[in-house]
Amino acid sequence: MIDVRNLSKSYRVHKRAPGIVAALRSVLKRRYETVKAVEDLSFQIAEGERVGFLGPNGAGKTTTLKVLAGLLHPTSGVVRVDSYVPQMRDPRFLKMITLVMGQKQQLLWDLPPADTYAMNRAIYDIPRAQADETVRTLTELLEIGDLVGKPTRQLSLGERMKCELVAALLHRPRVLFLDEPTIGLDVSMQAKMRDFIRDYNQRYGAAVLLTSHYMDDVAALCPRVIVIDHGRLIYDGELRELVRRVRPDKHITMRLSKPVDRADLTRLGTVVSADAAQAVIAVPAAQASAAVRDALAALPIVDLTIEEPPLEEVMRELFRARGREAPERDPGPHDKQANA
Amino acid sequence: MTAADTAGGPTPDPPSVAAELARAARAFPALLRVGVAEVVAYRAEFLVWILTTNMPLVMLALWHAVAADGPVGRFDQARFTAYYLGVLVVRLATSNWMAWQMSMEIRDGTLSAKLLRPIHPLYAYAADHISAVPMRLVVVSPIVAILFATSWGRLVRHDPRLLLILAASIAGAWLLMYFSMVLLGSLAFYVDSAMGVFELWIGLHGLFSGYLIPLEVMPRWFRALADVLPFRFMLAFPVETLVGLLSPGQALRQLAAQWIYIAVLGVLAMRVWRAGVKRFAAFGG
Repeated sequence: MIDVRNLSKSYRVHKRAPGIVAALRSVLKRRYETVKAVEDLSFQIAEGERVGFLGPNGAGKTTTLKVLAGLLHPTSGVVRVDSYVPQMRDPRFLKMITLVMGQKQQLLWDLPPADTYAMNRAIYDIPRAQADETVRTLTELLEIGDLVGKPTRQLSLGERMKCELVAALLHRPRVLFLDEPTIGLDVSMQAKMRDFIRDYNQRYGAAVLLTSHYMDDVAALCPRVIVIDHGRLIYDGELRELVRRVRPDKHITMRLSKPVDRADLTRLGTVVSADAAQAVIAVPAAQASAAVRDALAALPIVDLTIEEPPLEEVMRELFRARGREAPERDPGPHDKQANA
Repeated sequence: MTAADTAGGPTPDPPSVAAELARAARAFPALLRVGVAEVVAYRAEFLVWILTTNMPLVMLALWHAVAADGPVGRFDQARFTAYYLGVLVVRLATSNWMAWQMSMEIRDGTLSAKLLRPIHPLYAYAADHISAVPMRLVVVSPIVAILFATSWGRLVRHDPRLLLILAASIAGAWLLMYFSMVLLGSLAFYVDSAMGVFELWIGLHGLFSGYLIPLEVMPRWFRALADVLPFRFMLAFPVETLVGLLSPGQALRQLAAQWIYIAVLGVLAMRVWRAGVKRFAAFGG
């Protein structure tokens, strides 16, 4: 479905020092430098797959999504989405994809979302019955029935995002590029969005490529992750395998009926956190069952769970090892470049 | 050819231009409906914009006073009245400032939303501006009534050739403005100061289109310059046809020149647009 081979994308950036003298000097002589946003990136995504696309700030995630959606022309390499060359922006290609970018919106600001849906129905050439049915299904799933008649500017951020998703999915795209789809939403709204994306993926067999700085989104939605850094691929595979490789330990969370000595916890493993009612220790995965047995025998445990370390920690660890900060929101190419 | 070149199998043939135009035509009514709804939503801003287009009335008052002592060339007071009311009507029917919108959308990245839709962004821009026409008609109607009431005898009425040329010249003026705006707006793909170029263009348009002063009362060298620039074909030509300043032969020659300009500017604008889209960096969008 998605085939990326040796993709590179560079930007020419105008550089100048701050201050009026530098500004005047730049009028006469401009200095440019080339920023490589994506370098020799290759991956494939099959129909119906949900893939997380991770990396620190400026890693090239948003640039890659924009190339895949046909907004940017690659500097080199080959990109195909279902046989189409994205940058040619063939209408049939544009009808089968969607790109949702955080707070950027296609909804008409002063008109109700219903007007945007009517416009999209015409632009995407969707039969009226199908469009009505899709809007009904999506508005039910997202619980926004009566919002679509209110002017967009009067909706809250969460409401707008949900209405935005309906607009982006009205034509039932088979490929979803989601760039920070839950940014700015509260925890319960994030969970609803995740459920909705999973449901859409299963219902329509759509491929999903998702970037998010909320690792919960990735952990909940994406069995597979692609990790890039400085525009280069550093991992492509199962999320579970990445976690196992980077942090081959388990977290044992124990709810305690009374306080325990820290020394008793240290004997079991590395103490992650501890207070009077709860303690979390990290142990190598192979020793987890032995540690649980010892803990149950030695400590006043009310309840106990074994979990993978949080994905945030895994990513922090991965990028710390590479001398980078943990992944956060990718600001996109606009932070790295300027017009000529 | 490398393996990478054949990734994903053969690329499908692009759809035919005819199929694309047919699809765009089907979507056009919906785009127009949305455009009208937006104009209505922005009705206060729209009316303010209309009020800012009153410069021809100011110029009319000025020239009316000048012509009180005698005609200026072929322009007496009645002809000045017909001319400037004609300028108002043609300008409201054909003006189009989408270079400003394009430039903004290219710079802040919101053009991305238009590029992601399976309809050419330039159709969408055209629909945006055509949809302002109904509201403009509301404004133009009383001016047309005044024009007819005050200048009926000075207007082209009886010669069907001139009436046909007038209709074609107004359509041509709209197209010429549209392609000029595409060209100027597309400059934002290349330079930060596209709006500066646009402002220069507005200044030149004011002078050489006959918007401020009828070209006929300008010096000979100025008229010669205006004849080879595109601006007169955006305004002065339809207005001069409307108020009976041109013979059928003169009007036909000017119509030919206008449509040559449309072809040249159209090709140039599309080339600059296409090359610009390849440079588009989708900042922020």
